[in-house]
Amino acid sequence: MQTLIYESMKNQIKLLESKAISSVDLTKAYLTQNEAVDGAIGAFLHVNGKRALEAAEAIDMKRLKGVSLSPVAGIPMAIKDNICTIDMPTTCASKMLEGFLSPYDATVVKQLKEADAVILGKLNMDEFAMGATTENSYFKKTRNPINQSCVPGGSSGGSAAAVASHQAAYTLGSDTGGSVRQPASFCGVAGLKPTYGRLSRNGLIAFASSLDQIGPIGKTVEDVAMIYKILAKFDEKDSTSAPSEQQSLEDLLSKDISKMKIALPRSFFAEGIQEEVKAAVLHAASIFESLGATIEEVDLKRLDAALPAYYLISSAEASSNLARFDGVKYGFRTDEFDSIETLYKRTRGEGFGREVKRRILLGTYALSSGYYDAYYQKALKVRNLIKHEYDKIFETFDFVLSPVAPTTAYAFGTNDKNPVEMYLGDIYTVPINIAGVPGLSVNCGFDKNHMPIGMQLVSKAFDERTILSAGHAFEQTKKLWRAKI
Amino acid sequence: MKSDHVDYEIVIGLEVHVELSTKSKIFCSCATTVGGAPNTQVCPICLGMPGTLPVLNGDVVKLAVKAGLGLDCAITPIGRQDRKNYFYPDSPKAYQISQNDLPIAMGGHLDIETTEGLKRIGITRLHIEEDAGKLIHDASKGTLIDYNRCGVPLIEIVSEPDLRSANEVRAYLQKLRATLLFLDVSSCKMNEGAFRCDVNLSVREKGALTLGTRTEMKNLNSFSFITKAIEHETQRQIALIKSGESVIQETRRWDATKGQSFSMRTKEDAHDYRYFPDPDLMPISIDAAFLQAIKNEMPLLPDDYKRRFINQFGIKASLAELLCTSREVANYYEACTAYTTYFESLGNLIVTEIFRLIGLQDEASQIPISPEKLGALVTLIGEEKISLSIAKRVLSEMWQSDKMPVDIIEANNLWAIIDPDLLMAMAMQILEKMPQIKADYLSGKTQALGAFIGQMMKASQGRADPNQSEEVFLKLINEKHEL
Repeated sequence: MQTLIYESMKNQIKLLESKAISSVDLTKAYLTQNEAVDGAIGAFLHVNGKRALEAAEAIDMKRLKGVSLSPVAGIPMAIKDNICTIDMPTTCASKMLEGFLSPYDATVVKQLKEADAVILGKLNMDEFAMGATTENSYFKKTRNPINQSCVPGGSSGGSAAAVASHQAAYTLGSDTGGSVRQPASFCGVAGLKPTYGRLSRNGLIAFASSLDQIGPIGKTVEDVAMIYKILAKFDEKDSTSAPSEQQSLEDLLSKDISKMKIALPRSFFAEGIQEEVKAAVLHAASIFESLGATIEEVDLKRLDAALPAYYLISSAEASSNLARFDGVKYGFRTDEFDSIETLYKRTRGEGFGREVKRRILLGTYALSSGYYDAYYQKALKVRNLIKHEYDKIFETFDFVLSPVAPTTAYAFGTNDKNPVEMYLGDIYTVPINIAGVPGLSVNCGFDKNHMPIGMQLVSKAFDERTILSAGHAFEQTKKLWRAKI
Repeated sequence: MKSDHVDYEIVIGLEVHVELSTKSKIFCSCATTVGGAPNTQVCPICLGMPGTLPVLNGDVVKLAVKAGLGLDCAITPIGRQDRKNYFYPDSPKAYQISQNDLPIAMGGHLDIETTEGLKRIGITRLHIEEDAGKLIHDASKGTLIDYNRCGVPLIEIVSEPDLRSANEVRAYLQKLRATLLFLDVSSCKMNEGAFRCDVNLSVREKGALTLGTRTEMKNLNSFSFITKAIEHETQRQIALIKSGESVIQETRRWDATKGQSFSMRTKEDAHDYRYFPDPDLMPISIDAAFLQAIKNEMPLLPDDYKRRFINQFGIKASLAELLCTSREVANYYEACTAYTTYFESLGNLIVTEIFRLIGLQDEASQIPISPEKLGALVTLIGEEKISLSIAKRVLSEMWQSDKMPVDIIEANNLWAIIDPDLLMAMAMQILEKMPQIKADYLSGKTQALGAFIGQMMKASQGRADPNQSEEVFLKLINEKHEL
């Protein structure tokens, strides 16, 4: 039974539906794995085994009674700790929200509960999703299951590590500038950042509202597509919510790759990229070619401007979104204060970590009167230019292929002293959030240290079908690139 | 050197916050009713709990557009909502969702009656925003917060600096309130905070072309406070200028109990609100069809009634203006005109005595006297069958009972005394008792006539006809004089 955790979700569903196994069996297997490995991996911030088993039991009963169930019913999963759950703490991995219990479930959590998902617990992350290594968690380090001396990526590091270490069949992360795709890449699993508006943001504790998207992480593209299909629904509680995905799961995975035109943006393979990453992604391109697709190099001129624009927009929004954490109503409050001002200053000074404070300062500055036009307004102009560039590319091409990150996972503490160096790691993922289009991270090989390499497939808005089909087709070939050792 | 006899001019612009009368709050489905136990009309959204998102209540846009049209504003085809960032415990998100660049409405006006006649006051803009919670300072428990009001929809209406006196401010606020009441967009109850006013005031030498430094006064929640605050602030600024000091740009808070304003913050420590478009909300699209649908529903406004009253009943503009401060009163006046032809005195009686009686009761706008009965009373006054002071007495009784005015007059023997012989007898008696009146009058003190009429009223318990009394007096004086 314990080996069930290594199966793809698709196989687990088959076994559950044929009643060869029960959800309780599967849940127990994952909880056993959690107990065995999470001491070392540190993916979870909160596990509720008892509740998960109760849920599994109830679902098994439903199945025995012949109630028609969602395909993912009874499959154990876990949720990034910035997505609100009514029955488990939601901390954003911050001292500020230590022990915080949300009075409501996020829309995606409601959708999962309605689909009878078994929720195991909540996952570690960079504080308030700010970071690329999960090192910014107030609570603990998460280790990369492939090599524990390396970071799992971030900010959804716990979400990727949990899947990679077989502690959950799939997880939810959130992606503001690459936070689903980059850890998926670092841990060798699949992760999707849907089109902005595709999944409800209601209950996702906002980092940068105009960029945030919840996204699924799974072992395979097919698993990811399955979860995407369940969650991609219109939500009246989110004003930026788009109409529901209309395609069936079969449709989402079956668009013909042989007729696709793929763009390779030159600037995504230029200086600063690890040679093995470049080789692996170009190898993937040749696989697509062998499947009948055509490949063409293109220019994305504004890539250099994407990163500063992203850090201005996301920090500006964050400075406002995080202002509510003031010690008045919930969460952390400083012990000593003698006025409302000192209450605010000390609570926020003590409750937020360094990176969060850095971005609040940056964002506050960018929005200040006299600087607004030079920074925030200009960043919005860059955002429009980047959108237009992608629009143009998608007039001709089905998707853009690039690396997810310039490097594979690196050792802890690599960029401790230099946040800008760290921000440079987001260079390939950030433009996708800025353009609001969907991006899929798929493992395409391994470097000489056996660290996974991810490729990024990007399509036009609301065309998740193209990249899911292409990613799925690639996985079916099982032709991964490996560095010569 | 400045001479002591410089004339100063007051320049005032107003920012008025009005709570819209939607059933639910602006971004969630919580009730907007006033008076609930603290924090019982709240939800995660209006409490700004982490992860919640605002969804704009469509009725807010509808009412705001209606208000904008009622003030002759241009309505924006695309509106935007912006975040106004500031830390204060009444704002649970630490920002207020308001409108900065693209408000719902701009460039309107409102016409008011002043001592110099009709005056047009410009409306700069009208935008929607959410109300904040209420802080309750309790000596024993510290500061408590009630978030029931948090998220109640507001419109902020900003006027041009076109107002020049406390009276004009009053007239503007009354007209604005009347217009919004006729539009049915707000209860406009000042005691419930549904109609609140901030005053931007500066003074300058009369004739000066540039504006003086202005101050902003907050927390003015009644007409009498507003008048007092304006008078106080004007004197404060003039005194500063006269003593050679200068007015500093600041926000001041009116303290009604002390009858004084106090500085809240100066320009130096003014908030930088760091406005930016709220990324959680889509642009507000107001298309032609939506706008037309609202235009089709527009009710008659105070000025429509006013014009009709002037044209149809020939009453003075200033009286017509007062009769149009609420739709109930305007309709009541119009209903009464079916029962009397003394339109001007009907109006005068309503804006004086009926207003006074309305003011005495809790439930405003309820007038218990049927138009037929009031019309009958006014006719009796017009025909000089009863005096005005008797009419007031009768009216008070009519307010309490269902009796016809004639019956009250009969029962209490209140008919005006018009019999010249009877009046003559009363007058002679008075002049005998008080020879001083005559002496005063003859020595040129004309106010002695007033004293005489007062005595006549006293002697007749208000029934003596004042005109006839005057005639009798003059006759008596002249007769004696000739003798």
